[in-house]
Amino acid sequence: MTELVNGKGLSLIPKTDAKQSLKDFKSDQEVRWCPGCGDYAILAAVQSFLPELGLRRENIVFVSGIGCSSRFPYYLNTYGFHSIHGRAPAIATGLAASRPDLSVWVVTGDGDALSIGGNHLIHALRRNVNLNILLFNNRIYGLTKGQYSPTSEVGKITKSTPMGSLDKPFNPISLAIGAEATFVARTLDSDRKHLQSVLREATAHRGTSLVEIYQNCNIFNDNAFEPMKDPDVRDDITLRLEHGQPIVSASKAVVRGANGGIQVVPRSEASEQDILVHDAHNPDPSVAFALSRLDEPAFEHVPVGIFRQVDRPAYDVLMAEQLDQAVERQGPGDLSELLMGGDTWRIG
Amino acid sequence: MTKQVQQLDRVIIRFAGDSGDGMQLTGDRFTAGTAEFGNDLSTLPNFPAEIRAPAGTLPGVSSFQLHFADHDILTPGDAPNVLVAMNPAALKANLGDLPRGADIIANTDEFTKRNLQKVGYDANPLEDGSLAEWRLHAVPLTSLTVKALEGFDISKKDAERAKNMFALGLLSWLYHRPTEQTIAFLEQKFAKKPDIAKANIAAFQSGWNYGETTESFSVSYEVKPAQLAPGLYRNISGNQALAYGLVAASVQAKLPLFLGSYPITPASDILHELSKHKRFGVRTFQAEDEIAGVGAALGAAFGGALGVTTTSGPGVALKAETVGLAVTTELPLVIVDVQRAGPSTGMPTKTEQTDLLMAMFGRNGESPVPIVAPMSPSDCFDAAIEAARIAVKYRTPVMLLSDGYLANGSEPWRLPEISELPDISQEFTTAPNGEDGRFLPFKRDEETLARPWAIPGTPGLEHRIGGIEKADGTGNISYDPNNHDLMVRLRAAKIAGIDVPDLEVDDPDGDARVLVLGWGSTYGPIAAAARRIRREGGKVAHAHLRHLNPLPANTGEVLKHYDKVLLPEINLGQLALLLRARYLVDIISYNRVRGLPFKAEELAGVIQDVIDSD
Repeated sequence: MTELVNGKGLSLIPKTDAKQSLKDFKSDQEVRWCPGCGDYAILAAVQSFLPELGLRRENIVFVSGIGCSSRFPYYLNTYGFHSIHGRAPAIATGLAASRPDLSVWVVTGDGDALSIGGNHLIHALRRNVNLNILLFNNRIYGLTKGQYSPTSEVGKITKSTPMGSLDKPFNPISLAIGAEATFVARTLDSDRKHLQSVLREATAHRGTSLVEIYQNCNIFNDNAFEPMKDPDVRDDITLRLEHGQPIVSASKAVVRGANGGIQVVPRSEASEQDILVHDAHNPDPSVAFALSRLDEPAFEHVPVGIFRQVDRPAYDVLMAEQLDQAVERQGPGDLSELLMGGDTWRIG
Repeated sequence: MTKQVQQLDRVIIRFAGDSGDGMQLTGDRFTAGTAEFGNDLSTLPNFPAEIRAPAGTLPGVSSFQLHFADHDILTPGDAPNVLVAMNPAALKANLGDLPRGADIIANTDEFTKRNLQKVGYDANPLEDGSLAEWRLHAVPLTSLTVKALEGFDISKKDAERAKNMFALGLLSWLYHRPTEQTIAFLEQKFAKKPDIAKANIAAFQSGWNYGETTESFSVSYEVKPAQLAPGLYRNISGNQALAYGLVAASVQAKLPLFLGSYPITPASDILHELSKHKRFGVRTFQAEDEIAGVGAALGAAFGGALGVTTTSGPGVALKAETVGLAVTTELPLVIVDVQRAGPSTGMPTKTEQTDLLMAMFGRNGESPVPIVAPMSPSDCFDAAIEAARIAVKYRTPVMLLSDGYLANGSEPWRLPEISELPDISQEFTTAPNGEDGRFLPFKRDEETLARPWAIPGTPGLEHRIGGIEKADGTGNISYDPNNHDLMVRLRAAKIAGIDVPDLEVDDPDGDARVLVLGWGSTYGPIAAAARRIRREGGKVAHAHLRHLNPLPANTGEVLKHYDKVLLPEINLGQLALLLRARYLVDIISYNRVRGLPFKAEELAGVIQDVIDSD
């Protein structure tokens, strides 16, 4: 599987020989998230990860929508575009489709990406635009001060739902797999090592990488992901997805179910050969989809890692190929020839 | 018998039939022959939004009007001299526009009891004498075509479908049109179906021969070529000219063109046309919706492309927020609005000028946007370049207001020399512009007030932009009250200061006391109406606004120079509202919102009334 992870995703982006450090990627702007917000950890993880790529800083662009997470670009000393609610994938699509030499990142949240911008997200995924999409999922609206979001659990009591929310939430991983995504992963704000390992794979992937990051909003939805951080239970509920490895937590294992699906059983009850071995590169998305459903409805066991990572030509490359083909077939554009292309006649 | 040939100075023909009868194609081919012959011409297609409305019904009628002359003309004509009616619905839908004495060529085969009933004729109008005031030529077009195609290896249905080519042949004989081009066209169009090609050519030639031999037509007509300015010409529609203008703008700006668009009537043809020109480096992106279309164009502009989005009114409404983002981030962007009848879905295939105020004000906050409006189908080419020029030079979104009439109408276009096209290129910023090597993305050019355009990939100029208010100079987020006031005023001053040519007035004698003012696609009918007034010895001045924001600097002076200013618009007075507010000049509005262009005769009457009134 080296061909998928050999850094091809970065092959068209200019590199630098200069040594880079975290400091190079910090902008001079004061970070203004609430103290204790999970966004700080993600920002620090990204800032300390970017130097590792060795890309020219000027060829990196962060595009965001609206929401707490969407302030992200202001704090990185790269090119950045803080746009409007939900539209970052659309804006980033135009940029990435016309500039294959850029590493384009989209920073978005559960409201931004899955509610107002849901349409752009699914279409970016199916097109396989060369984007790294970081979806900060805190299961709440933070910037508008605490309404339920499209990933909030049913019955969520918020300012706009005093008797509990009625809407069935989206599962971002299921949604992305259903939208023909080629790279889908989940990680956690507080686990820098895992987060960076996922980012490493995401940037190496050419096409759209969707990375759902569980992110704690300590003001409006504190401890939403607490079981995954609690040292007493986290190792039991976290199912690590690693390509080629059995899917297990400390005490649980994923096995094939009787009805053709999959199920989680105590690890002690599963024989080694029954435990499902993760194949992120499987062209058939059905097992990846089944894995994405394991955390439903309660938070008993949650898969994290790369659900799906398959190869499909990226949109910018396909688009550029058509332009090249047109030049090959017809020669480069000639304006005078274009204007005279129809039936013409001369007077005088 | 040698038939009589009569000389005419101009003719207006309307081809009308069922949506499936191929009337647009017939009209297009007659137009091509007319253009080749050297007449001046102007066309007006008129078709239903439904792709195939029920056959033989009034809503299913599609028509194509062509005006051609031995002199220069400005409109597709008010009332046809000839109506080709392929069925009873076509006759019924168009008879009201036909002056007494005009020719009607009717396809008798379709005047069956059932077809007559469908449109509410109790008796056959071809036989009951009700058309006595017109010159009726009852021709069994379908059966003549089928007969002519006996022996061809095609189905009866295909033979019947060739009746439009029979009609085209007949009309080509009647008006002495050249035939070679149509034959070549049919050979090419049906290259993969040689039997169909041969049958259509045979139908076309049979139609011609029928005219030559039948007694139903005793006279044929000649319209001499027009004396147009010397040059190389082609016939072009507004949408095609606009697409070419965008390609030319990309070449002249030295920027790759990126079109983000979502299909919508009547703008889709621009997307279709541009998608053919990939060898110019044109990227066309059919987005998931209108918002993504403009979003992708803006993203591409951030990356250094000439970003364009094309749409019609409902799409502009959806794009408004992104246009506002382009206003505040000060990035170049061209938004093409091919206006159609509204509100809401309105009448998608019908024309209107009702989006002016939306283009001007349809965003939140103080968000001024320059507006350019082409005056004729071929002017869409120059207007597109002008819109791109303003966008690139001033780093601003620009609205280009075409409409359905311009989009689908066509006229001969004298091809410009490429060397005459303006150089609209601007340099990207590549070096820091602040103290200590800092880059200030909102430090403005002193003359134009444009901010630097530094694109990703430029080392040392990494910066962040966005929709939140920015501090003057640095572009950092700022909620400072005075800074916001300053930025609002700077953005407004930048747009107000755009270099726009003065408004020119057409007043041959220089002593008219009435000015008729227009904007956009009403140029043809207004200019034609002004000519009529002058031919009768009346005096009227005509000025036409191509730039709606900012207005030409001399606009107020021009308006105040006349005793009366008449402003016809295909809306309820949108430009009049702006001009009254801005210049405190009383303006006489003339408004019709019928989904159709003005007629020259109608406007001449209105102008005369204004001249005559005290």
